[in-house]
Amino acid sequence: MSEELKVPTMAEFMAEGKQPEILFWVGSAGSYDDRAKKISKAFVKILHKANVAFAVLGEEESNTGDVAKRAGNEFLFQMQAMMNIEILNAYEVKRIVTCDPHSYNCIKNEYPSLGGNYDVVHHTQFIKELISSGRLTLEGNTYKGKRITFHDPCYLGRANSEYDAPRDVLKQTNANLIEMKRHKSTALCCGAGGAQMFKEPEKGNMDINVLRTEDALETKPDIIATGCPYCNTMMTDGVKAKEKEGEISVLDIAELIANS
Amino acid sequence: MQYIPNILFLIILALGIGYFTLNIKKLIRNIKLGKAVDATDNKGERWRNMARIALGQSKMVKRPIAGFLHIVVYVGFIIINIEVLEIIIDGLFGTHRVGLKVLPESVYGFLIGSFEILAVLVLVSVVIFWLRRNVIKLKRFLSSEMSGWPKNDGNIILYFEVVLMCLFLIMNATDTTFQNLGHGNVVSQFIAPWFGDNPDTLHIIERTAWWLHIVGILIFLNYLYYSKHLHILLAFPNTYFGSVTPKGKFNNLEAVTKEVKLMMDPNADPFAAAPEGAEDEVPAKFGASDVMDLNQIQLLNAYTCTECGRCTSACPANLTGKKLSPRKIMMDTRDRLEEVGKNIDANGGEFKDDGKQLLGDYITNEELWACTTCNACVEECPVSINPLSIILDMRRYLVMEQSAAPMELNNMMTNIENNGAPWPYNQMDRLNWAKED
Repeated sequence: MSEELKVPTMAEFMAEGKQPEILFWVGSAGSYDDRAKKISKAFVKILHKANVAFAVLGEEESNTGDVAKRAGNEFLFQMQAMMNIEILNAYEVKRIVTCDPHSYNCIKNEYPSLGGNYDVVHHTQFIKELISSGRLTLEGNTYKGKRITFHDPCYLGRANSEYDAPRDVLKQTNANLIEMKRHKSTALCCGAGGAQMFKEPEKGNMDINVLRTEDALETKPDIIATGCPYCNTMMTDGVKAKEKEGEISVLDIAELIANS
Repeated sequence: MQYIPNILFLIILALGIGYFTLNIKKLIRNIKLGKAVDATDNKGERWRNMARIALGQSKMVKRPIAGFLHIVVYVGFIIINIEVLEIIIDGLFGTHRVGLKVLPESVYGFLIGSFEILAVLVLVSVVIFWLRRNVIKLKRFLSSEMSGWPKNDGNIILYFEVVLMCLFLIMNATDTTFQNLGHGNVVSQFIAPWFGDNPDTLHIIERTAWWLHIVGILIFLNYLYYSKHLHILLAFPNTYFGSVTPKGKFNNLEAVTKEVKLMMDPNADPFAAAPEGAEDEVPAKFGASDVMDLNQIQLLNAYTCTECGRCTSACPANLTGKKLSPRKIMMDTRDRLEEVGKNIDANGGEFKDDGKQLLGDYITNEELWACTTCNACVEECPVSINPLSIILDMRRYLVMEQSAAPMELNNMMTNIENNGAPWPYNQMDRLNWAKED
């Protein structure tokens, strides 16, 4: 991806008097985290390929406040939420797509009672939509026959009962999808949720991401697929801790689709 | 003289039910110490949840062995209790097996016959349950919070069931007229020979078993309040009041919304006098440090918990050796609530500060900060208990009232405040990723 990606902003759309089909909510991780930035780029590549008129808020986007809320700071959460809602409403945003299940859950479920009502979609749901409407076609050879296991993000799966979209999308790659013993509603957390991403874990005999990586390794995968930037980091660290980084890659579904 | 047994029966029955009613009143009063919650929405879905989860035991069977055995005991318990109706009528009116006078012999025989079969199935299940707890020692029954009373409580219930089921079978086996009937004694006919054929002895054993059976049931009824077994009653309201929104949706605190709106309103006058009537308002406490700060559904949750430990066995923090156990959160909440209730009783209806609270004296910060909010515990609970909501409310208290978040989280929150991101990057750089290689 050496060519510069075209990522239009809402302000640019507004200047032309146009409204994009979707707002791509990049999220803090997707904007600043080196690993997650690659996911944002992969998703933009998909959007271009499917000719989706999208825009981002860019400098006008701020943290959703999700992590502050889970940490117990309701003040900070509501301040962030209300600032974001003001901007989103000013641009008359209808549909939001994000690669981050935490942003997805927060905007979808917690913004409405503060005055922010949008149709919020996770990127795996949106990719599924693009494929089934024929806007996005895959060759399906890159990952043919590869063993892929999908780690359910808590905030997409249990929190919002979306288990099928990521799996349906993965099936399109003709990969060999293998489930971990704990999957869907019984999936184990990657260990980053609830603000754990930003602090050392409490004392215990193991780190959660290592235990979860063990679940994944039992399926003898070539690839561990994720649908959340935090899960991606945690599983990547877990694979490193198990010294398997040479054999197993951890890839977001957006990256898998962008490459196939 | 001939009415003495009837009067005695009436007194025992009235005492049993009366004491139970007193305790239930106490239970309702204690739950009402919590904040009121509006759960008048989604009536249809709530009734469906109750029918499916409590009555239909849909979540129990996710663990097939425990689930199947539980259904046997549950069905047995409910159906055999139809027999209690007959016992009460017989006891009050001095009749004997009044069912035989009302129902055709074949129907009565079929009913009692199925009760006897269920009684045996319950006995078998209870023995397996006992073995799982005491011999096989399943890991989830061995946590540190499961010592002392919680451990004994689990076993006492099983012994109760054994005694009640045995008394029921003995009562039938020694009832000569019933045995002669030859209907419905599918199990008891094999036990009958153990007791010989002296009619007087048989009669005494039959009467003793009959009385012990009904007294046992009344004791069991009153035992419930003190036991985790309260779930057999509370599972129903608890599943009705359980959440009907996506699990990821955490409530927004309205008190905070008011203040944040005021802060963000450029026209608000920060020095303006408080509006009329506002002086009477108790300043809002953010989050929860004690049971009175929790809401009534959370307190109902605590009384409903059966301490089965499915939540804890699915908790990622617990699985990796951290101190958090969602089951302990629920048990602590109930223990503290009971303590507060006793305090109120002892002080003539008013709570006197006892220098204790749920946070710190029961639940530690370390437990609270270990939670990943992954909802595994909520998903697992067979009766719709939400330990996570209590954890979150207590975190809110720690952060908003005490500023007692772990330092790294404070840094993260400062970053969000200053830069709109959890990391110390400039908001103006938010789109840089698109321009980088």
